[in-house]
Amino acid sequence: MSKAAEGAAPMVRARNVHKSFGPNEVLKGIDLDVAPGEVVVVLGPSGSGKSTFLRCINHLESIQRGFIEVDGEQIGYALRGTRLNRLSDHAIAVQRRKIGMVFQQFNLYPHMTALENVVEAPIGVHGQPRAEAQANAMELLARVGLAEKANAYPRQLSGGQQQRVAIARALAIRPKLMLFDEPTSALDPELVGEVLSVMRDLAKQGLTMIVVTHEIGFAREAADRVVFMDGGVVVEQGPPQDVLGNPQHPRTRLFLSRFIEKV
Amino acid sequence: MEISSGEAALRDVANAHQPPAWGRWLLWAFVLAVAANFAWIVAHNPHFGWPIVGQWFTEASILRGLGVTLGLTVVAMTLGTALGLVLAIARMSKDRLFGSLSGLFIWFFRGTPLLVQLIFWYNLSTLFPEIVLKIPFGPVLASWNTNDLITPMTAAIAGLSLNEAAYMAEIIRGGLLSVDKGQVEATDAFGMTRARALRRVIIPQAMRSIVPPTGNQLISMIKATSLVSVIAMADLLYSVQNVYNRTFEVIPMLMVAVIWYLIITSILNIVQGFIERYYARGERGTVSADKVPVRVEEPA
Ligand SMILES: Nc1ncnc2c1ncn2[C@@H]1O[C@H](COP(=O)(O)OP(=O)(O)OP(=O)(O)O)[C@@H](O)[C@H]1O
Ligand SMILES: [Mg+2]
Repeated sequence: MSKAAEGAAPMVRARNVHKSFGPNEVLKGIDLDVAPGEVVVVLGPSGSGKSTFLRCINHLESIQRGFIEVDGEQIGYALRGTRLNRLSDHAIAVQRRKIGMVFQQFNLYPHMTALENVVEAPIGVHGQPRAEAQANAMELLARVGLAEKANAYPRQLSGGQQQRVAIARALAIRPKLMLFDEPTSALDPELVGEVLSVMRDLAKQGLTMIVVTHEIGFAREAADRVVFMDGGVVVEQGPPQDVLGNPQHPRTRLFLSRFIEKV
Repeated sequence: MEISSGEAALRDVANAHQPPAWGRWLLWAFVLAVAANFAWIVAHNPHFGWPIVGQWFTEASILRGLGVTLGLTVVAMTLGTALGLVLAIARMSKDRLFGSLSGLFIWFFRGTPLLVQLIFWYNLSTLFPEIVLKIPFGPVLASWNTNDLITPMTAAIAGLSLNEAAYMAEIIRGGLLSVDKGQVEATDAFGMTRARALRRVIIPQAMRSIVPPTGNQLISMIKATSLVSVIAMADLLYSVQNVYNRTFEVIPMLMVAVIWYLIITSILNIVQGFIERYYARGERGTVSADKVPVRVEEPA
């Protein structure tokens, strides 16, 4: 079921990515390609570096070795001839504008309504005319099932509704790549489904997505590829039926065995 | 389930009564009686000289002094807040140079008495007869005679606003630190510039903890302006002093000033309440989400 066009330039290209916090080496050489339109689900035990890797992709964290490219551009650096220059804060901000991100804690702007949250970046960062941005935002809010909550403030919404607004907010910048960091982990169990169903729709529509999650069911249904990380390296990856159904590595098996009762 | 009869109906909290609180009513009556009695005593005490208070309350020189006090407060507070914001942002920046310059400024202006600062500014010309704009160790670009620049007015504004900036910087920094880290992260992830993130996301949320201490500062400032009488600025207090130096009606004239100060602070308290409510929007329960009609502009 891979939608990844064979041989097309990858949307994400990560090579030998190393990241340490002080003496603590969290990423120990990650290689990963994500094709345009591909949905990659990253699984792994707590502390294995999943969030850190995701945050390196849009340079919320800087890496110490290797490189990451998104849409053919190296993130955080520019090669001038044979010299690799660090980019300015502003240039990095510009690079981030084509990458959407959804956080575990939603991080909606609490002093703005749902609609204002969604139009903030399109108007303020991408210079879209207000009327056009609002019409587009209403469409997106309708798409996540929240058209009638456009004027509600985040605190007046349930966790699941807040996360759906956060997804609409990230989609509003028309991202080439969407990063999800455990988007359902802060939600009550009965609210997880509504967020996953929105994400499944996005996956079907061909958005390139990297999703860190513990929802094995979502990985099985929506992922083109499952990546299993442990101890800062990619231990195993492949189509969901292989990695989830017939894991090769003992650590993958151990990790998945804890979810057996849930599956 | 329908609650209609028997004990269930009696227990229905919809029909509950509040038992009268006799103790509290008594306390209220007592406090009100004491207050009324005190007011009567003050009103009938001839030493307060209420007719004189009434006579001078809106006299031209007093109103001029009031104008100076209000004007100085507004100007010094505005300049102080603007500079304080810059200092707070500089102090929080990753840049070591800006951080330490800001820290040095705050250390000095909070560490010395305002009265001394005012006198210092007023007498600047004895220290530096000329103010010169030049490249360090290089040629002079422009120069001014200090006595022309420093009038009581400019000395008062400089002294009050630089001192205020140091305090406002710390208040604003505290407010910025109170904003959830995830908010900064979200603005970063969306590629917002630092300035826009501050203006649209961080400062509006910081305002909730900035406004109350700023109200405090503003009220202190109104009274701190009375210090400028030492450098011959004719503010409210200076104006009443001018009068009682001639008429020797010290207490009635001070009452004129006190009543004006109380009126201004009362108005400020009310305004602060409105501002706090504005920045509290988005808190649960302020608006009902379902009842607000959705208003969207049509694309042109
Ligand atoms: N800002 C930071 N400073 C220091 N250490 C950090 C920082 N962020 C993460 N770490 C460390 O990096 C390691 C990996 O963290 P990370 O959040 O990437 O794990 P994760 O795989 O996302 O785990 P979880 O499933 O619990 O979210 C952890 O040991 C964590 O303590
Ligand atoms: Mg994580």
